[in-house]
Amino acid sequence: MKNMKISLVVFTCMVSAGLATGQGLDPATLLKPLSDSWPTYSGDYSGKRYSALTQINQSNIKTLGLAWATRVTSGMPAAGGGGRGGGFGGGAAAVPQIVAGLGTGELNETGTTGRSSRIVGAVLEVDGVLYPSTPDNAWAVDARDGRVLWHFVWKTRGGTHTGNRGLGMWGNWLYMETPDDFLVCIDAKTGKERWHKEIAPLTEQYFSTNAPIVVGNHILVGIGNDLDSPAFLTSYDPETGDVQWKWYATPQDASDPALKTWAKLTASKYGGGHMWIPGSYDPETHLYIVGTGNPTPAYTTQSRGEGDNLYTCSLVAINVDTGKLVWHFQTSPHDSHDWDSTQTPALVNAEFGGKMRKLALTATRNGYYYTLDRVTGEHLVTGKFSPTANWASGVDSRGQPVRIPSKDWHVAGALVSPTNAGATNWMPPTFSPDTGLFYVTTEDSYSMYYLTELDPRGAMGLGGKQEMAAGMMGTFLTAIDYKTGKVAWRHQYPEASAWGGTNVGHPLMTTAGKLLFGGDPGGNLVAYDPANGKPLWHAKVGDPSNGAETYMLDGKQFVLIAAVDMLYAFALN
Amino acid sequence: MSRPKQKAFTRVQVAGAVVLAAMSTAFLLAQAPPGPATPGAPPAGRGPGRGGGGMGGTYNPRPPAAPAEVARGKALYGVQCTFCHGPDARGGESGPNLWRTVTVTNDMKGELIGKVILSGVPEAGMPRFDMTPSQISDIAAFLHSFNVGGRDVMRDAPPNLLVGNAKSGEAYFKAKCGNCHSVTGDLKSIGTRIADPKTLQQTWIMPTPPRGGGFGLGANAALNVPPKTVTVTMPNGQKHEGRLDRIDDFTVTLIDDTGSPRTFLRNDRIPRVEVHDPLKPHKDLLAGYTDDDIHNVTAYLATVK
Repeated sequence: MKNMKISLVVFTCMVSAGLATGQGLDPATLLKPLSDSWPTYSGDYSGKRYSALTQINQSNIKTLGLAWATRVTSGMPAAGGGGRGGGFGGGAAAVPQIVAGLGTGELNETGTTGRSSRIVGAVLEVDGVLYPSTPDNAWAVDARDGRVLWHFVWKTRGGTHTGNRGLGMWGNWLYMETPDDFLVCIDAKTGKERWHKEIAPLTEQYFSTNAPIVVGNHILVGIGNDLDSPAFLTSYDPETGDVQWKWYATPQDASDPALKTWAKLTASKYGGGHMWIPGSYDPETHLYIVGTGNPTPAYTTQSRGEGDNLYTCSLVAINVDTGKLVWHFQTSPHDSHDWDSTQTPALVNAEFGGKMRKLALTATRNGYYYTLDRVTGEHLVTGKFSPTANWASGVDSRGQPVRIPSKDWHVAGALVSPTNAGATNWMPPTFSPDTGLFYVTTEDSYSMYYLTELDPRGAMGLGGKQEMAAGMMGTFLTAIDYKTGKVAWRHQYPEASAWGGTNVGHPLMTTAGKLLFGGDPGGNLVAYDPANGKPLWHAKVGDPSNGAETYMLDGKQFVLIAAVDMLYAFALN
Repeated sequence: MSRPKQKAFTRVQVAGAVVLAAMSTAFLLAQAPPGPATPGAPPAGRGPGRGGGGMGGTYNPRPPAAPAEVARGKALYGVQCTFCHGPDARGGESGPNLWRTVTVTNDMKGELIGKVILSGVPEAGMPRFDMTPSQISDIAAFLHSFNVGGRDVMRDAPPNLLVGNAKSGEAYFKAKCGNCHSVTGDLKSIGTRIADPKTLQQTWIMPTPPRGGGFGLGANAALNVPPKTVTVTMPNGQKHEGRLDRIDDFTVTLIDDTGSPRTFLRNDRIPRVEVHDPLKPHKDLLAGYTDDDIHNVTAYLATVK
């Protein structure tokens, strides 16, 4: 505890010194609960996605209407990239186009069908400006009327272009990860590049989709890779881009005690566990609490041995000052279905067992929910939120599901729930202190998993199996009681089919206006009653592709949603 | 918790050995890609391996592409295709293994691959991509460049799925499926109509209606699966019925018997909407199957010639 107090003082000093000359976003703002602005991935550090704003509430939600709509256009400027000023209105001045990057521009996606046209991450809102992003692209947009202020495009060298989860901000600087594995620092005022740093080699098939998380004078950066590779979280200096520390999800040398959970070092070294979705941060303990991804090879697991394969598919707590692991809880020991545990946890102070506890709540892709003590990592509750999940025989004394090895796969097919997309996926959950419920979108579904790689060495990455869909039982908005881990209620999306890809539902947000916002499979942005899941309001925006956010400007509360390349802002009429 | 010392892999090796010994001619025929076959030619696209064999050329009937073309295709593939189909094209997060997709194995220089790229496969969740003809031929060159490694017997011959006990499968079928289905009625000669065991197995587990659904194996001409229907009952008691087109919490659209779509707004429970899913019995059975049940029923249905 003594050390903690000292580092808090140091932290405050660093923040003040770093921002003496600039304005923009003071990192201290990030310590406040979510309210007027949306300055980081989850709105605030807690990952609760619970806004204190109440102007829009249950009593007036029926009068929520469109304030403005804007399309952003991705791609190189010559191909029409940019964005129209003033939404649908014409005649506005041309939008400044800033081009950077080491590629030729030939590989940059153009047109509306590419993933670079799809907003699937957080849109920061700071000082009346929104910062949406897609792979290779970032924009500044006036938060009051949707006018595009500048468009930044990164000429890519390649890499998987699947999505971008948003930008990070420190003072006047924005931070963006690119699919070709750069961390790019951008001047928020002009959209111009300040510097870029290579996060990992593209030649090893890394790709970067994550939103950098700014904590004090640390920029926390996770990456992804679907092939066997080391997974790491890197902390960068926000001013210089110098690396402060790197934390690896799996043992990289023989001294690591976690090595005993692997067959051998050559397996653990390339064992995966990528942190491709942001975690949450506890300012009191200086712990960054983040979910790790699946071990690799994902399916043909024999090279990994029979052990738990730490610290893959775990919730881990990293001290941001030292970059060292403080605690871990593995939510999927020895995962064999590519069921990442990268879901953003909700950090909650709430009553548990008769006293207030500092908790971390997470629902993972494998169909199980967990309540942990976020200071110590002590396991408190495990619940099964997907009733069809059939890969585990039960929960052991450590609170972990006990995997049934015969449900890994079979040459003639093994019937497994959930499918590879999972019972949930990256879509952030929300927690409302008003109801005490944790909300997450979920799916009950089955696949047949056929082993196709009979070579005893197995396959690499995600290879070696064929997954064929066997049955979609339903998709749900699910509310979970954190005290018991039991499902309090589920609202079924009628007759919905699989979302597809790694999309399992939508990011969610709750507000102190007693509202729960989320997209639905019918293409609506919906406000539900968080007490029971009853829809109270909706607007058909087409294809809500990121999570609803809210912010307050000039006394007016806005609700923002992206639908592919469109931004819609709603306010009370 | 203790885990089995010997991983399930032993079982697989045994099964694989049995498979190779028992591979039947019918099974091999069932695996042949559709379309005209060149007599004596080895199947296209087979035999990509781990290198060292140097026999890849034997399996690739296409003239080699220029290295620059392959490199461009590789880079473009990396941007647009890797996420779903995997960096090595052997399947990724959601897309199938392209090494074994007939569209790729039968394609020469993008003429088949290009159609799929430009139109997508909506029922399988694949979006369409806007690409120029030269980008498509670059992608094709990259995909065809994999046929360079040593010959891999295991990948040449997919393992036999017929590992179950047909007699047990027959008993299970009579007990669980006999109420709706009969091997002398709707499933007459099903083992001939659907000769590929994996297709047969996926189809009986969850037959996919000819239209819509989008979940499962896709349309199967051997089946006549009725679509989902919906009954909309207005507050005045008037009923509207038809094929379910789409539904969410706020609207429902049906296709009536004249083929016209009709959309109704929904407000809480008004009008009353009932969806009838002909596949509900199949869904209800899923939670009760053991993998042995599944393999046994498949082994049985394969004998229904």
